[in-house]
Amino acid sequence: MHDECLLSMRHINKYFPGVKALSDVDFTLRHGEIHALMGENGAGKSTLIKVLTGVYQNDGGEIAVEGEKLHIRSPQDAQRGGISTVYQEITLCPNLTVAENMFIGREEGPLIRQKNYVKRANEILSELGIPARGSQILGSCSLAVQQMVAIARAVDMKCKVLILDEPTSSLDDKEVQVLFKLMRDLKSRGVGIIFVTHFLEQVYEVCDRITVLRNGELVGEYLTEDLPQVQLVAKMIGKDLDELSSFGKAEVKEYGPDDVFYEAEELSSSDALPFDFKIHKGEVNGFTGLLGSGRSESVRAIFGADKVNGGTVKIKGDSVKINKPIDAMKHGIGYLPEDRKRDGIIADLSVRENIILALQVMKGFFKPISRSESEAFADEYIKALNIKTASRETPIGSLSGGNQQKVILARWLLTHPDYLILDEPTRGIDVGTKLEIQKLVLKLAEDGVSVTFISSEIEEMLRTCSRLIVMRDRHVVGELKGEELTEAQVMKTIAGGNTVNEE
Amino acid sequence: MKTRKEFLREPLTDTQLLMTITISIFVAMYAVAMGALQGGFLHAQQVFDMLNDNASLIIVSCGLTIVMITGGIDISVGGVTSLVVMACILYLNHGGNVFVAALLALGIGLAFGLVHGFLISYLEIQPFIVTLAGMFFARGMTTILSVNPQKVEHEGFANLRSTQIEIPWLGYTAKNGNIVPARIELGVLVAVFCLIVVFLILKFHRLGRGFYAIGGNQTSALMLGINVKRTRFLAYVFSGLLSGVSGFVLMMHTGAANATNAAGMEMNAIAASIIGGTLLTGGVGNVIGTFFGVLTLTTIKKIVVSSGLNQPWWQSITTGGMLCFFILLQSVVLSRRNKKKKAT
Repeated sequence: MHDECLLSMRHINKYFPGVKALSDVDFTLRHGEIHALMGENGAGKSTLIKVLTGVYQNDGGEIAVEGEKLHIRSPQDAQRGGISTVYQEITLCPNLTVAENMFIGREEGPLIRQKNYVKRANEILSELGIPARGSQILGSCSLAVQQMVAIARAVDMKCKVLILDEPTSSLDDKEVQVLFKLMRDLKSRGVGIIFVTHFLEQVYEVCDRITVLRNGELVGEYLTEDLPQVQLVAKMIGKDLDELSSFGKAEVKEYGPDDVFYEAEELSSSDALPFDFKIHKGEVNGFTGLLGSGRSESVRAIFGADKVNGGTVKIKGDSVKINKPIDAMKHGIGYLPEDRKRDGIIADLSVRENIILALQVMKGFFKPISRSESEAFADEYIKALNIKTASRETPIGSLSGGNQQKVILARWLLTHPDYLILDEPTRGIDVGTKLEIQKLVLKLAEDGVSVTFISSEIEEMLRTCSRLIVMRDRHVVGELKGEELTEAQVMKTIAGGNTVNEE
Repeated sequence: MKTRKEFLREPLTDTQLLMTITISIFVAMYAVAMGALQGGFLHAQQVFDMLNDNASLIIVSCGLTIVMITGGIDISVGGVTSLVVMACILYLNHGGNVFVAALLALGIGLAFGLVHGFLISYLEIQPFIVTLAGMFFARGMTTILSVNPQKVEHEGFANLRSTQIEIPWLGYTAKNGNIVPARIELGVLVAVFCLIVVFLILKFHRLGRGFYAIGGNQTSALMLGINVKRTRFLAYVFSGLLSGVSGFVLMMHTGAANATNAAGMEMNAIAASIIGGTLLTGGVGNVIGTFFGVLTLTTIKKIVVSSGLNQPWWQSITTGGMLCFFILLQSVVLSRRNKKKKAT
């Protein structure tokens, strides 16, 4: 029973204009199994899931549930076939009650019997141990609970296959544990769970099997205990392990007073408290701290992205005023924002247009960059940064996250900045692109560009930065360099040696 | 930690909260008017007059509320109402039958609803544009039918028109000693009927819950298995149909038609819905609130007139001011609520 095949996808193909998103991919899910689907961004995970849930139509191959062939043309078809999905973004209606969200769209009869629903919902919720009430408006629950309500809905629909697409990315550790408990519970009932995530530790914590995809092709299916974490990473990025460990720590350089590129005293903005900061030519430094510690707000103040309230700024020793992003750009500063989707890309514009944007703004809109020039720029950077896109005229919104990030990076590199601020450039992108970006940062520094690098992954910052500014509760609490740059020391500085405030 | 018992009573939803605010403001305003202005406000007939005059507005506002709950807009309702009035009167004056005239009214409304719904839902064109076109079209058609004002000369219809429900005990004694009973027109009954039907659909029918779901989050609604296109389509069909009903009721009220009939009605209906707590962003709203929205709007106008400000612009200015006030109040209340939610 346990090894019986629940879902089988055979020879799945999917084409997008100019790109083969999936080629001949097989995927098998067994009863009572948690199966991780792993791969870099753009590997085809999302596409495979969308084919399975009917958001996309497959261009070849077949899908069968419990041996029965299934033609999935819409999300409703998939649901009828016993395949339910819980997406990263909550796909419930926040203005309806929890109970309605669980039963809407599959009512028996035309009338809504709210009381009846609430009663049934409460039974299911308490059975699964979900801390929500049926009569509650969904919008008043936390994100984690909303996610669990979505799962409860799927469970009540007697789903056989449950797809969890990045369910943990907006949850904290405690919430993740509650979710895992729920997953194990479902597993013991014989539900097959497909778990898509970026977090390797989570895979090793709950999953039985791992299927790895790369570039739209199947790399292989493995039992979790047979595949050590390092090998999994190697399989995902398709690179040798040597390469992963090939670059060590950033070397320590000595700077004289003439090397200072940017210097700020008591700089403050509407969101950042006053702080002092300086960076040398060709130096890579980083802001670190917990989420909400003020690291992003500080670099935004440097770039003039928020309203600057006070402080003096010197660039190469000359006093300057930076109140707006355009001021910063004119002084050779570039800023890659934390929230790529909101502050970075313009989704409907092409890759080319997104690349030339910053340069165009700096030149002024009355001196347009000619078409041939912009095409040459775009081609140059698509090649240099190895951006995977169907063409330079593809809308950037259809690229994968990592490639979008590279385009934004290209946008700033094109302006040939003296100082580049990168806020979380590697978030939500795959391991391979992460390494490429880290290497690029080090190369830029070698060429004399100053870089400020922010990342949630301390280990990544230790690898790239030669100086770390540590922030806590919106104050700079320390500066680490040289020998102090160890994970333990950073942690200690963040925690402040005193009692750690848990938020 | 709260105990299980405290959970039994849920906090007010946004819809309920906004509706409560509107009703309280209406009651307060009316009470102040009764105290300060006296006169007509002390008679029950004042309320019935407000209903008699605004039966058709209440009906279109119900339709508009549905559309707004789905996150759309329908600005053709005034135009359609006017077209229905003109078409029915011409038909009746050419020797038509009252029953067929009612069907004609429904048919015109339905036709507009179907076309709007199809264009908006299945061809995915902006609702504002589609219904703007519908509005111009309906207004144009009205003028084509007759440039000159028309009066009903149909006998059967005249009888229907003059039928009123009289409630003696709510009446008052006039100066000459006669007892004047309170009068309610048939149109008000139609309006109340529509109100109840729409209320029940929104609250208890799965279609109604579908309207809310779409307004809350369209993609989610799709994922939850709601036929989003059909549901949205039906919202506009409802709105069109109710515009047809509204036209017939307006004709019963005025007994006359001209090209500028029901001018600005769509804007009044939008204002009433918003005052009643329907959010333009969709997902929140209720027809009971809308009903009180209409009453609030009318009371403001009555108060302005009773205060001796007879020039028509004073009504517009106060209505504009009130609308602004309500929207500010709504956003303040809702944002405070959300902040509180976040804090806990």
